[in-house]
Amino acid sequence: MNHVHVTPDELKSQARATLSALEAAAQNGDALKARDRIALPQQDMPAQDPMVRSCNMFEVTYGYFEEQARVEADRCLQCKNAPCIAGCPVAIDIPGFIAKIAEGDYAGSLAIIRESSLLPSICGRVCPQEVQCQKHCTVGKSLKDQSKSVSIGRLERFVADWDAGMKGLSDLAPEDENGNALPPSAVSGLVAAAGGKIPPVKPETGKKVAVIGSGPASITVAADVRREGHAVTIFEAFHKPGGVMIYGIPEFRLPKKIVADEIHTLERMGVEIRTNFLVGRTRTLGQIMTEDGYDAAFIGAGAGLPRFLNIEGENLVGVFSANEFLTRSNLMKAYDRKRAATPLSQPKKVAVFGGGNVAMDAARTAVRIGAEEVSVVYRRTRTEMPARVEEVDHAEEEGVLFHFLRSPVRIIGDENDRVVAIETLDYELGEPDDSGRRRPVPIPGSERTMKVDTVIVSIGNDSNPLLVSTTPELEVNRRGNIVADEHGRTSMDRVFAGGDIVLGAATVILAMGEGRKAAAEINRMLSGE
Amino acid sequence: MHRILSRQQLSENVYRLRVEAPLIAKARKPGQFVIVQVDTDFGERIPLTIADANPAEGSITLIFQAVGATTMNLARLQEGENIAAILGPLGKATHIEKFGRVVCVGGGIGVAPLFPIAQALKNAGNHLTVIIGARTKELVILEDEMRTIADDLVLVTDDGSYGRKALVTEPLKELCESVDRKPDLAVAIGPPIMMKFAAATTLPYNVRTMVSLNTIMVDGTGMCGGCRVTVGGETKFVCVDGPEFDGHKVDFNNMMKRLQSYKPQEDEARHTCLIDAQADRLADAQVNV
Repeated sequence: MNHVHVTPDELKSQARATLSALEAAAQNGDALKARDRIALPQQDMPAQDPMVRSCNMFEVTYGYFEEQARVEADRCLQCKNAPCIAGCPVAIDIPGFIAKIAEGDYAGSLAIIRESSLLPSICGRVCPQEVQCQKHCTVGKSLKDQSKSVSIGRLERFVADWDAGMKGLSDLAPEDENGNALPPSAVSGLVAAAGGKIPPVKPETGKKVAVIGSGPASITVAADVRREGHAVTIFEAFHKPGGVMIYGIPEFRLPKKIVADEIHTLERMGVEIRTNFLVGRTRTLGQIMTEDGYDAAFIGAGAGLPRFLNIEGENLVGVFSANEFLTRSNLMKAYDRKRAATPLSQPKKVAVFGGGNVAMDAARTAVRIGAEEVSVVYRRTRTEMPARVEEVDHAEEEGVLFHFLRSPVRIIGDENDRVVAIETLDYELGEPDDSGRRRPVPIPGSERTMKVDTVIVSIGNDSNPLLVSTTPELEVNRRGNIVADEHGRTSMDRVFAGGDIVLGAATVILAMGEGRKAAAEINRMLSGE
Repeated sequence: MHRILSRQQLSENVYRLRVEAPLIAKARKPGQFVIVQVDTDFGERIPLTIADANPAEGSITLIFQAVGATTMNLARLQEGENIAAILGPLGKATHIEKFGRVVCVGGGIGVAPLFPIAQALKNAGNHLTVIIGARTKELVILEDEMRTIADDLVLVTDDGSYGRKALVTEPLKELCESVDRKPDLAVAIGPPIMMKFAAATTLPYNVRTMVSLNTIMVDGTGMCGGCRVTVGGETKFVCVDGPEFDGHKVDFNNMMKRLQSYKPQEDEARHTCLIDAQADRLADAQVNV
């Protein structure tokens, strides 16, 4: 695929021209018809030049300029049946918030989103919109190309960033030391300094709720439960709260200060955050519930147990789980070689196994720390990749190579147990499997070797058994996920669970949705006492 | 934040810190470890074994060797100063029961994590032989503490400057060979090469041998897998499946190579740290003048 980089300035002036034409037409009293809306150009996401961003950690995308957001909002047909809402895991009133953008009422737009979603600046960036809301969009259907749907996620991000104080900040035009343009989120201190309003908190009820983990599900529960006046303590094993949004998703995809701002909002609401506290080891859940006097607990500990392929050579030096590679780079800031104490390998030729968002994050991090050649090895095709389309496109623009229909058989080491190559087998697609995706079938005799010095295994996570193994009351399924009903209730009295530890590795928005339901049930339970 | 209640230098590069950590002091069991971070912004997370704990006082004792950048920074902290973060207790506790005759083999700094295990085994009613090995006399630690609990204590040094001039494997082999003193369990903790040979020594005599591994880790909770080792052909995570494993099944060669993963980066960091430490000393000297 050939990617042509259009500069943010060009995108802005194109949008301005389109918007002027629309305003002129409106002054003539010409109302936009559905046909006109569908004909409006879809607004591309402004992004850093791939040549520049592949050498920095700043956010890849800028977010829409205001002109772009207005044009994109005008593409929405305001369908009465709103098929997009059905595709949203938390049922945001999508046509509603888009209509407000079209009117220029961004605060009103954000208020509509916030009725259903707590983390729009995050979800706008990391949700897989193309398989959720945008999959059902009538505009995409009319154009017979779902990638041409209304860019709902980008609009969501626009209003969230606008609220966080980034409105018009593209005009500040931050630059790197070589004079290259950077996205507005690169302006330091911006989001966290913005502060903003905090949700109102009801008078103290005297009830205490423990929240285990501090990722998206836990943040949601903490906020929703605290709003009702219950005391909330978040227990986080790492030294920084934010869960996968801090240790897993890289800065270039989700700036850490956006996550820090959400955490800061919780603190301002009075939520206590205890870092370096591993429930199951520092205290057991049983002790927290009986001895420490908590009235309820929510487990949102995530799916932190990396899967390996169990192939020969997987314990060679130079083989990492994506979790390790990304945690070193993100949480421990090892990409900042001058300041960070945590070492990161200096790979030259990298193979990443897997086709999800984490695989893309790992591959693109490898590019940024100076790897010469980064290859993604995936046993199905581009169509079946679970990663967001935008991440795959971005990875490709940054020079990541893709080897589809290929799967590793073994990893080859030298006499020092250091990785020198991988051996792979080619695949073809057969009949659909349980997931509905066509099952990859190996082609006998198609072995080939590829020279690499680093392998990053990114084929998913299982539930971390640590908490469950020290909490016999908790029922788990055969995959080790905690069993919870539709309200998040577990088999243990007053204990709820949600997010990846229930769903298996999933998405931020699903975790948030689960957190919402569990929080509502916790609040209902505590208010009845 | 964890206040340092006392600080002692045990040998040239070995330090003992008594640190405030009330919850860990209460929860920890012999064999468990903590993850320590000197600063939470850019600092590294390193695993250290818990050498002792005082639940009443709310303190734990850490004994470590200043060999890398982070341990050197830790060694520079003084009494009354704070360690930014300590996570724990981590790992599975040692399985303690009455086995009969137990031999505990400690090499160098490994004597520190060995002490609480030896103590617990003794308290469970076992006959306890302790073998302490070090390169040279100055590097022998916790001898007095071990003498208070051991039924027998054998001291060996590589250079013969203290105790017998031998490696720990010699007295260990003698025990295994003896008719009336053959151990029912051996616990060996020390440098990987020592554990490897201790396990190789006991194998022909079928003496069950536990080793405690100290591998590269980031989170210490099972999330990163950096600590993985091959045990009996299977991949295990030291942080959650260990740190103790059957020494006869551990692939020590692979483990030792994995420990070298970041050698170039570590060497560079250590060099910077040595320069910092020299600057510190220079500054101290000037103050004293």
